Amino acid sequence: MKRFWGFVIKEFKHIFRDYRTMIILFGMPVAQILIFGFVITNDIKDAEIAVLDHSKDQTTHEIVNKLTASGYFILKDNLESEKEIEPTFQSGKIKQVIIFGNDFGKKLVSEGSADIQIIADASDPNTANLLVNYTSAIIRDYTMSLNAEKTMNATIVPEVRMLFNQSLDGAYMFIPGIIALILILVSAMMTSITIAREKEMGTMEVLLISPLRPTHIIMGKVAPYIVIAFINAITVIFMGFFVFKVPLEGSLALLLIESLLYIFMSLSLGIFISTKSNSQQVAMFISMFALMLPTVLLSGFIFPIENMPGWLQAITYIMPPRYFIDIVKNILLKGTGLAFVWKETLAILGFTVLFIALSVKNFKIRLE
Amino acid sequence: MATQEKIIHVRDLVKKFGNFTANDHLNFDVYKGDIYGFLGANGAGKTTAIKILCGLSYPTSGTVEVAGLNIYKERENIKKDIGYMSQKFSLYEQLTVQENIRFYGGIYGLKKKELNEAGNHMIETLQLQNERHKIVGDLPLGWKQKLAFSIAIMHNPCIVFLDEPTGGVDPKTRRQFWELIYQAADRGITVFVTTHYMDEAEYCQRLSIMVDGRIEALGKPEDLKNEHAAGSMEEVFIKLARKQKETS
Repeated sequence: MKRFWGFVIKEFKHIFRDYRTMIILFGMPVAQILIFGFVITNDIKDAEIAVLDHSKDQTTHEIVNKLTASGYFILKDNLESEKEIEPTFQSGKIKQVIIFGNDFGKKLVSEGSADIQIIADASDPNTANLLVNYTSAIIRDYTMSLNAEKTMNATIVPEVRMLFNQSLDGAYMFIPGIIALILILVSAMMTSITIAREKEMGTMEVLLISPLRPTHIIMGKVAPYIVIAFINAITVIFMGFFVFKVPLEGSLALLLIESLLYIFMSLSLGIFISTKSNSQQVAMFISMFALMLPTVLLSGFIFPIENMPGWLQAITYIMPPRYFIDIVKNILLKGTGLAFVWKETLAILGFTVLFIALSVKNFKIRLE
Repeated sequence: MATQEKIIHVRDLVKKFGNFTANDHLNFDVYKGDIYGFLGANGAGKTTAIKILCGLSYPTSGTVEVAGLNIYKERENIKKDIGYMSQKFSLYEQLTVQENIRFYGGIYGLKKKELNEAGNHMIETLQLQNERHKIVGDLPLGWKQKLAFSIAIMHNPCIVFLDEPTGGVDPKTRRQFWELIYQAADRGITVFVTTHYMDEAEYCQRLSIMVDGRIEALGKPEDLKNEHAAGSMEEVFIKLARKQKETS
């Protein structure tokens, strides 16, 4: 046991002495969460729009005000005729034009409906879609408040932000994904690289010839990464909670235990990768292709699994992060307990056993 | 110096990888206190044999005893009694001299007091007092090599295996290194060394030459030279390799 601890201490020294790796290990979660949180966002802010108002009455004025007050839109231009629409779009700045028909307010009162046209720059279809949705929602809200005003004589309720502020939705989606990505990268990639490094430097041979048992060697190598990955998990959960206001509806203890299980799974995957690679480069490339891409693309982190073609959906079932993201989403957002995520938990447990079994098998083959 | 006590006893050692026979019925003994040279060209099967002797791999068939222990049954006990150094020197480059000594001493189960004494003694004899707290990666190759060897015999093993320990260092450093080997032998440590420098073969007390998986010659350097009517070990080696080519 003393020998084992000596080994763990050496491993920690190794990690802490390498400042670059340290910065990557502890800085990566923070950087990732900030990048995903602030840069890659599906939400719009300050989109520049133009209005072509044929009626110029109280109602259209209110609607335009409401749009600009939402914080999503900036009124850049007031157009005078249809002819101006195309050049406006071509100038590239305007993302959307809203056209009010003649006598908009009057029609709304007398006929109960009025024409409004929304033209969006669909050269960027995602943004166009979002803009149109936001605009329609704000207009719908306005008409609802208008009706309410008539019957109950209430003023327009400034509920815009509460109802439509979807900026948090993005964070809900990416926090579980980032935890899954960071933990698998730190645990699997770093362990496979450090074990491969021992092989490359020839120190693995010396260790195997020494009285240290192979299981102790492997455990000694992965122990520091359990600690580091766990710190990373806590960092991401806390940043999600305090910076992006992601709720923690379920049990924090359960979340941490599940994270630990996922860390073990990733470590056993890392060990498995290292039995297959003899150099740090090989270990890194396998990790990149085997971990990074599937985690980002096939786990439901960024692209919803339900939207994938059937055969691709089938592949997602062999992606461990898929289950972990499900678990984290359930605990964080829905507040569900183990009763609801036991299947996913079992899946991750299964992967852990599988990877350990494969590693042991590979290790034996190497020894024979 | 060599006694009649057998430290390594190998009979009919065969190691096959599929159809390829890396070690073909090897027979040899190494006696206590020997400096035993295990020679052969690259690919002759030296590394395979040394891996079996160190317990890194099992033979396909044959009897192998190291330090009087059976390698099939008493592998874990053998490990405590052997030292090993490879041509990669196998030190942790990011750790200091002192930390490397502590670490390796620790995994061989040296007690703190023993470890401190052995460490201090080693640093003194290698004259590394000023480098004690320096990162090993910054040391010159020759120093790393001496340090790696001293660490490999720190726990006073019965036998130390040196797998091409002098690869890539200059002749002067190689000679100094052999002085260390002689010192270790004086302490009663049996030395099993592989090399492909034939001038080094002359330093060995007994040696065997492997060609294509078989031991083609075994004995004292002088005897081998007489037997093959050769002026140097280099000549013996070339003659053996040529003979092998003609027969095959």
